[in-house]
Amino acid sequence: MSKKTRMTGAKAFVESLRAENVEVIFGYPGGVLLPIYDELFDADVKHILVRHEQAAVHAADGYARATGKVGVCIATSGPGATNLVTGIANAYMDSVPVVAFTGQVPRPMIGNDAFQEADITGITLPITKHNYLVQDVNDLPRIIKEAFHIASTGRQGPVLIDLPKDVTTDEIDFEYPEKVELRGYKPVIRGHKNQVKRAAHIILNSSNPVLYVGGGIISGDASKELLELAQTINAPVTTTLMGKGGFPDTSPLCLGMPGMHGTKYANFAIQESDVLIAIGVRFDDRVTGKVDSFAPNAKVIHIDIDPAEISKNVRVDIPVVGSAKSIIKMLTEFIKESKQKVDTSPWIDKVNTWKTQYPIHYHTDDKLKPQYIIEQINEMYPDSIIVTEVGQNQMWAAQYFKFTKPRTFISSGGLGTMGYGFPAAMGAKMAYPKKIVFDIAGDGSFQMNSQELATVVVNDIPVIVAILNNGYLGMVRQWQELFFDHRYSHTTISNSVDFVKLAEAYGALGLRVTEPDQVGPALKQAVDSGRPTVIDFVVESEENVSPMVPAGAAINEILDLEVKS
Amino acid sequence: MKHTLSVLVENKSGVLARVAGLFSRRGYNIESLAVGITDNPEISRMTIVVAGDDHVLEQVTKQLNKLIDVIRVSDLNPDESFERELALFKVKVDKGSRSEIMAIVDVFRAQIVDVGLKTVVVAVTGTGDKIDAIEKLLHNYGIIEIVRTGKIAMNRGEKVVKIN
Repeated sequence: MSKKTRMTGAKAFVESLRAENVEVIFGYPGGVLLPIYDELFDADVKHILVRHEQAAVHAADGYARATGKVGVCIATSGPGATNLVTGIANAYMDSVPVVAFTGQVPRPMIGNDAFQEADITGITLPITKHNYLVQDVNDLPRIIKEAFHIASTGRQGPVLIDLPKDVTTDEIDFEYPEKVELRGYKPVIRGHKNQVKRAAHIILNSSNPVLYVGGGIISGDASKELLELAQTINAPVTTTLMGKGGFPDTSPLCLGMPGMHGTKYANFAIQESDVLIAIGVRFDDRVTGKVDSFAPNAKVIHIDIDPAEISKNVRVDIPVVGSAKSIIKMLTEFIKESKQKVDTSPWIDKVNTWKTQYPIHYHTDDKLKPQYIIEQINEMYPDSIIVTEVGQNQMWAAQYFKFTKPRTFISSGGLGTMGYGFPAAMGAKMAYPKKIVFDIAGDGSFQMNSQELATVVVNDIPVIVAILNNGYLGMVRQWQELFFDHRYSHTTISNSVDFVKLAEAYGALGLRVTEPDQVGPALKQAVDSGRPTVIDFVVESEENVSPMVPAGAAINEILDLEVKS
Repeated sequence: MKHTLSVLVENKSGVLARVAGLFSRRGYNIESLAVGITDNPEISRMTIVVAGDDHVLEQVTKQLNKLIDVIRVSDLNPDESFERELALFKVKVDKGSRSEIMAIVDVFRAQIVDVGLKTVVVAVTGTGDKIDAIEKLLHNYGIIEIVRTGKIAMNRGEKVVKIN
């Protein structure tokens, strides 16, 4: 659009979304949003009406993680805006590109404690990459352009735009800017060549290299490059929770997840590595365990797009700032060009011995085990998008599903937000209506946003919620069992609701499974029905996530918690 | 170890809150902070004194640079820069002490900016040490009120902290 057209701020908002190619927004109306919702009434941008604003931001987040595009949500002022806070913090912790719009009271009333007023730019200051309060309608197109740019470039993250009602009724000669000019924002993309050379040199002289990779591989679209690097140096790869799908779990070089509920062999490999190649990771405490004992013999190469992550938690020997894709490519080229070759075969043999000795496992008997359900989903529907809630369900999904492609595992990593999975699954399904989308849930987490059953039924978004129902807030119960002498203080939630009837009350399909041989047929029925479905898997109640590194221990001090009933 | 950062920021509302919030949230201590406009009215300069070792300073600098409204962060080398503070002291006076106070003011090249029957106000600029020194001397006469600015600082010679 090069010609300027006279229109209201509300119309300019819609036109700006169109200019950004936004397909869908998740939202909930309110008083100060009336002008905007009036425009949305017949706009060609699809709007999904959620039942709670928290679900709008999680859905936008799930959409963004599934597609790599910016997810968009909108909520009204005051309580609408504050209901977004958890989801914004969630997107911030996991570096997800989301643009959240909030309504605000008219400019003359700001600061007067007006009805439904909240200082949402103040509240979200520490949990957004950037935020804006629009003071003048003439700034609106530029601000929206900047917001999408900031959210989707560099280290991605959420951006919030607060829209006072009178700004949306003011008129503007609308023209969407073509470029952004932000002198304070210039993310580094290309890695420093000499640093990459130094990294290559260290790798070429290593005998026990380990690639430790995370969400940066996925957001940086670098999984192909990673596979080539891993094969070139023949190094094992451990993917963090956020990195799941960034490297195929089916590769012989794959070590699975590191850290607290990682595999023993991933943790042993890190501890015995002489070079740790960390890419798009932030040395989270759930990965490192006791930081002082993490990878004690390794030279650490850290590749990350965010310079502030370098040496934040762990001292780094070779930092390389830039995008994972371009740096890995450059690194692989340097290694291939070199006459020197790395021979890691004795190291790989050692790692493979650990793999055989300490596989991820659980005790199988005739009881319905949660791990078995994940394995069945994997076997029957390997190309699904797996979204999870938080807790044991999340860890079992990460441990037992074999992810082979990026953006097929969607989970709240940094913030650990219960209630994230179901609305995020809804967002992923909106992005890929033809893909099978599962929300692997716990009976606790699902109840935090189960009201969205209405949204998925009304809008025909057939996601499948697989509740691993153990009647407990399972992960907390597990810690109480291990560290608080089996005192299950306020973690028992059995019989709180009949999930089948709950699903049916909303018009969704509800199924209950109590025996292992019913798992397959129920999954098939859910998928074949094409309807939003809740499957209540009544599983072994005191199953534990195993193995486990106790909080504060070194990651090789890893316990087996297999439950034999 | 104290460091003086010269930080160029967009002259927009809310920028101070972003910077101050960053320091408190990440557990860094601001010893002093002074803000003023630059020769470009769109840009303000913050002079921030922060205590911490090299690791803390590295993190502070990187985190500041992540703020969209922060344009440039420069850690001033104390050997190649100079600093100034301004302080106002309201001091009790009587007939006997007036001349003594004026003598101190002369020595410190300070100024008396307000004279009352029972008080004078002394304005002094200089390094933090100089201001501490005059404060110590004026203390003997009874200081009623002190107002001190944050530190401002600048590179010596031709070196500047400007946007490119």
